[in-house]
Amino acid sequence: MARTFLDIQDVSKTFSIGEEKVEALRAANLQIEKGEFVCLIGASGCGKSTLLRIIAGFETPTSGAVSVLGAKIEGPGSDRGMVFQDYALFPWMTVRNNIEFGPRQKDLSSSEIKSTTDKYLEMVGLTRFADRFPYQLSGGMKQRVAIARVLANEASILLMDEPFGALDALTREQLQDELLEIWARTQVTIIFVTHSVEEATLLADRVVVMTAGPGRIESDNRIRLARPRDVSAPDFNDQRRVLTEKLTSHVRRRTLKTAA
Amino acid sequence: MARLRAIVLGAGFPLALILLWHYAVASSGTKLVPTPYQVGVMMKDFAFGGVYDDAFSGTILTHLLASMQRVYSGFLLAVAIGIPLGLVIGKVPVFRQILDPTLSLLRPIPVTAWLPLSMVFFGLGPRSAVFLVFLGAFYPILLNTIFGVRSVDGRLFEAANMLGCDGARMFRQVVLPAALPSIFTGLRLGHSFAWILIVVGEMTGVPTGLGAVIMDGRTLSRADLVITGMVIIGVAGFLCDRLIVALNNYVLRWSPQHRG
Repeated sequence: MARTFLDIQDVSKTFSIGEEKVEALRAANLQIEKGEFVCLIGASGCGKSTLLRIIAGFETPTSGAVSVLGAKIEGPGSDRGMVFQDYALFPWMTVRNNIEFGPRQKDLSSSEIKSTTDKYLEMVGLTRFADRFPYQLSGGMKQRVAIARVLANEASILLMDEPFGALDALTREQLQDELLEIWARTQVTIIFVTHSVEEATLLADRVVVMTAGPGRIESDNRIRLARPRDVSAPDFNDQRRVLTEKLTSHVRRRTLKTAA
Repeated sequence: MARLRAIVLGAGFPLALILLWHYAVASSGTKLVPTPYQVGVMMKDFAFGGVYDDAFSGTILTHLLASMQRVYSGFLLAVAIGIPLGLVIGKVPVFRQILDPTLSLLRPIPVTAWLPLSMVFFGLGPRSAVFLVFLGAFYPILLNTIFGVRSVDGRLFEAANMLGCDGARMFRQVVLPAALPSIFTGLRLGHSFAWILIVVGEMTGVPTGLGAVIMDGRTLSRADLVITGMVIIGVAGFLCDRLIVALNNYVLRWSPQHRG
């Protein structure tokens, strides 16, 4: 059997807040193949962002390990790039400087840096805005810069933490389409955290449903709808209902128990 | 039109104060305080000579340049030490643990209280004045740099990290620029303290400088000379502050809320 691309093995994470210990994630197991688009979905506190940050290398698991092609993740690395909900662009750099930040850290010639940057500026449609500063951009444009910045660094795994959560509905739809296009063009692996069932159903090959208290993986669902997907199609609706059911059944059980 | 209105409003108040000063002196008949006109004559003599032809006639440049040289020696020394130290203390916890208690103990000591000791260390003369200026400018620059680093969104460091930036490059490419808005606040504060302290520093043991001129005026009971020295310090400090503001506006052009 071929080696798994991204292997999450028994990953648990406990945070200490003062004396109190909070179990953010319990024994998460997940295997992701190269080029897959996986959505992590769940209520707040289910550990989906924690899992993403562990994959990024920003947090170390309390037990268990994450490995890429057999190599254990020990910290942040340029093979994995995070796209944050609030963009985290460098505000003192222009769009171009933000995108070329990754390539500049490597020993590349300036013509290589320029051609890489130009390529991704073009891919996210921001060539005209290359010399603007982040404060001069709309939220959607900022998020495009953040995506291009990670791609220009030649990351093979794109980690996205509710990236479109702060955007208006129209911009979000547009960016979802663009992301799918970029995914098809670059064959990058995407792990995408969201709390919208519709967004997950629209984008993902697999939707991983997580539940809170302690955070853990509840189910792993393959979405077999053909692409491009139509959010108003009946089979899309059926799929979405199944996922919503899985997402809320657990919450409802807990609420009833608390009420009793 | 709006600009004209601002100039009229801004200039009107000091003009009214000067008128008030004139009539207060004239109506009380005091000989201790000169009229604005007498100060004007003194300033002309100080700048170009030809009125009193004494030791102060036409010596403005000598004194102004002597003071400026001391102000900017002390100030630049404070910049050269305060900013790097502040970056390191702000970013690296162990430096903060080592240095913070000491700095917190030294900070409440008024800079003027160092005067006797600085004369022991550096003797009577300009070096003592430079030391006082340095001390006065150092703390605002240091503390604002530390504050600037500590208030940077941690995600910027994470973003830089995942794009392959770390160590010394992180300081130059991320920590410093991200802290710049706060550093400029420190520079302006430190700069104004530098001009305040030059007068104290030049009050003993130096023959030249605007502080020395003011002290000579006191000894000779020449209030017109004292006020002349005060006005020149005010104007020089103001003009140099505008230069810092202009630099601030250029360097922080990416951040509209930090325009001075």
